[in-house]
Amino acid sequence: MEPLLKVNGLKKHFPIKKGLLQRQTGAVKAVDGLDFEVYPGETLGVVGESGCGKSTMGRLITRLLEPTDGTVEFQGTDISHLGVSGMRPLRRDIQMIFQDPYGSLNPRHTVGTIVSAPFKLQGVEPEGGVKKEVQRLLGLVGLNPEHYNRYPHEFSGGQRQRIGIARALALKPKLVVADEPVSALDVSIQAQVVNLLDDLQQELGLTYVIIAHDLSVIRHVSDRIAVMYLGKIVELADRKSLYESPMHPYTRALMSAVPIPDPRRRGAKSDRILLKGDVPSPIAPPPGCRFHTRCWKATDLCKTQEPPLLELRPGQRVACHHPENAEGVTIPAARESVDVTITKAPQPTEPKPEPSKPEAAEPAEAEAPTPAEPEAAAEGDAPKE
Amino acid sequence: MTAPLHETSAGEATATVDGAPDAPGTPDNSGASKAIEGRSPWKIAWTRLKRDKLALAGAFVVVFLILVAIFAPVIVGLLGHPPDEFHEDQIDPLFGTPIGSWGGVSSDFLFGVEPVNGRDVFSRIVYGARISLLVAFLAAVFAVFLGTVLGVIAGYFGGWVDAALSRVMDVMLAFPQLLFTIALVSVLPNEFLGLDGSGVRIAALVLVIGFFGWPYVGRIVRGQTLSLRNREYVEAAQSLGAGRFYILRRELLPNLLAPIMVYATLMIPTNILTEAALSFLGAGVKPPTASWGQMLSTAITTYESDPLFMVIPGLAIFITVLAFNLFGDGVRDALDPKGSR
Ligand SMILES: Nc1ncnc2c1ncn2[C@@H]1O[C@H](COP(=O)(O)OP(=O)(O)O)[C@@H](O)[C@H]1O
Ligand code: SF4
Ligand SMILES: [Mg+2]
Repeated sequence: MEPLLKVNGLKKHFPIKKGLLQRQTGAVKAVDGLDFEVYPGETLGVVGESGCGKSTMGRLITRLLEPTDGTVEFQGTDISHLGVSGMRPLRRDIQMIFQDPYGSLNPRHTVGTIVSAPFKLQGVEPEGGVKKEVQRLLGLVGLNPEHYNRYPHEFSGGQRQRIGIARALALKPKLVVADEPVSALDVSIQAQVVNLLDDLQQELGLTYVIIAHDLSVIRHVSDRIAVMYLGKIVELADRKSLYESPMHPYTRALMSAVPIPDPRRRGAKSDRILLKGDVPSPIAPPPGCRFHTRCWKATDLCKTQEPPLLELRPGQRVACHHPENAEGVTIPAARESVDVTITKAPQPTEPKPEPSKPEAAEPAEAEAPTPAEPEAAAEGDAPKE
Repeated sequence: MTAPLHETSAGEATATVDGAPDAPGTPDNSGASKAIEGRSPWKIAWTRLKRDKLALAGAFVVVFLILVAIFAPVIVGLLGHPPDEFHEDQIDPLFGTPIGSWGGVSSDFLFGVEPVNGRDVFSRIVYGARISLLVAFLAAVFAVFLGTVLGVIAGYFGGWVDAALSRVMDVMLAFPQLLFTIALVSVLPNEFLGLDGSGVRIAALVLVIGFFGWPYVGRIVRGQTLSLRNREYVEAAQSLGAGRFYILRRELLPNLLAPIMVYATLMIPTNILTEAALSFLGAGVKPPTASWGQMLSTAITTYESDPLFMVIPGLAIFITVLAFNLFGDGVRDALDPKGSR
């Protein structure tokens, strides 16, 4: 199947300017080389800690920002550097749902004005008139169609987010990018809005890229999940593989932070992995693997050589020199590629059997989505609780 | 999506059916087919302003003063004497002070008469309101116009444009405005582009006060624009294909209007004081034309024998400035963006 959206080597560096002359002294490497595709009809979840570049990624693929490097292709067209007028016709197909239900609606406009803006800006005259279509959209997202004369402040957070959804769907887009669509809402309302997005996807045949800062929201709705760390994708896999056998240590750490839905297992044992330290600054990301400052498996190799994002199992791409859950990997390519990176390592002192050590140390965790952590004890500075 | 969540709590769902949580004040009594009116931020501000007693008192005085200024000839015709008419019969020829106590206050001369030449103080106060308000209003309009345009440009376009405009504003705010104005006025021609002496002075006052006032507005508008242009609703408009002009006009300006209005109302009293100060220092309108600051400065020579002649223009300035400030503060509180959410 042809991907709807294809991203290649995507980068966004925000220049840091100082002084009267506004000279550039550095750059925030918010997004630093992303490769992924989004297929029609699927939901791609993007997860990562705050500040890792998720929103910047969302703004790049909706072309609210222009990439520093790399390409964004939508339906085979390169849209990376289109201007305002070049993008305008494509805006019908690519829409965005924003994070802040208070900031995303202009407080001086009525709901009717807000939801009819897409028609006005795109010069579209819907069947039966704009007003009727706006009311239909309000009904579609579960709001009272008679409320089109009201102002945003007269609605609750969840209702405002529905208004934002109605606006995003007005032009019948193909791709909808939702940037943490429920993280600003009460937990009790989050499920309703997620359900609404899910229903609308089935009804309208939408393709979603849903961004979240933890796995709890997107674990239910994503077909595939991309895990981001400091401007890079560290693991990209279908939901089942990611949950059953996460391969990147960071993915495992993220996963262990999600509350376990099964009450029988909840009290069993605290197998949370607490990551030590803070996320490093995207202005000067660590050399080699960006996660090595917080990774309990880090070796000298990790500190010097950046692991490439490789397909270690079908449908599971990982960027790690010493992946987890790798014992089940039968594809020789994966094994080889790990070895290849080892042999390329600059230090000959690097022990060669290193990659197999953690794998051997954890034989019993094949089925458990939240495995215990045997190798942590073995390696001394365990960042776990 | 593959596995949706299926827990649905009734809470929000019902709220969406029977309306937003705050229903009061909406006329939804007429049939179900009628759309439900929303309460706009302006309406809310208006409701709030109407509850503010001090602001209302201020507004009342402001309206009264504006009417006085507009209908000055009528008022003076009914209750006073022409402002430039001498009444030597009201003056004690020996001391040059008004005959009678309280500076010559009588039913004929409501606020008394001026020492030496006996002009009607009431008429001069009424005509003085014209100059005061006219200069203050026009200067505020000029300052707000310049400040808004340049502030929006600096805030919206950023970069070197912003850097340059911000430096200009800094320099202007550090400029000795009063000294400059006095120097400028003293070299002004008596007639200019068809304006007579007073007209030239008024135009000069408006331009100078307004020109030195715009950086204050500019700084505020720039800051507001900077913060507004990063709001998500601006991005939402961009993601629908909106260009810069649309965003400025439809998304930013409606939100800038409130702070601009607040600043404009609070700028008027400052301008009144500046005009009074300039007139006091002799850089205001030219003598036969009445102005409050000029009356104050004439009163200085006779304040021991005729204190009322000094108190009255002083009070006029004080009451006017206070009224505008109370009203302006009320407008600011009513439009406070934090409260309008
Ligand atoms: N417009 C910008 N200018 C400069 N730095 C930015 C800008 N937008 C985001 N950043 C920086 O880029 C990094 C990633 O931000 P963001 O994409 O918002 O992360 P996330 O959405 O994952 O929390 C952060 O360090 C942030 O400070
Ligand atoms: S490459 Fe090394 S530091 Fe990076 S995640 Fe893998 S083991 Fe940890
Ligand atoms: Mg974000």
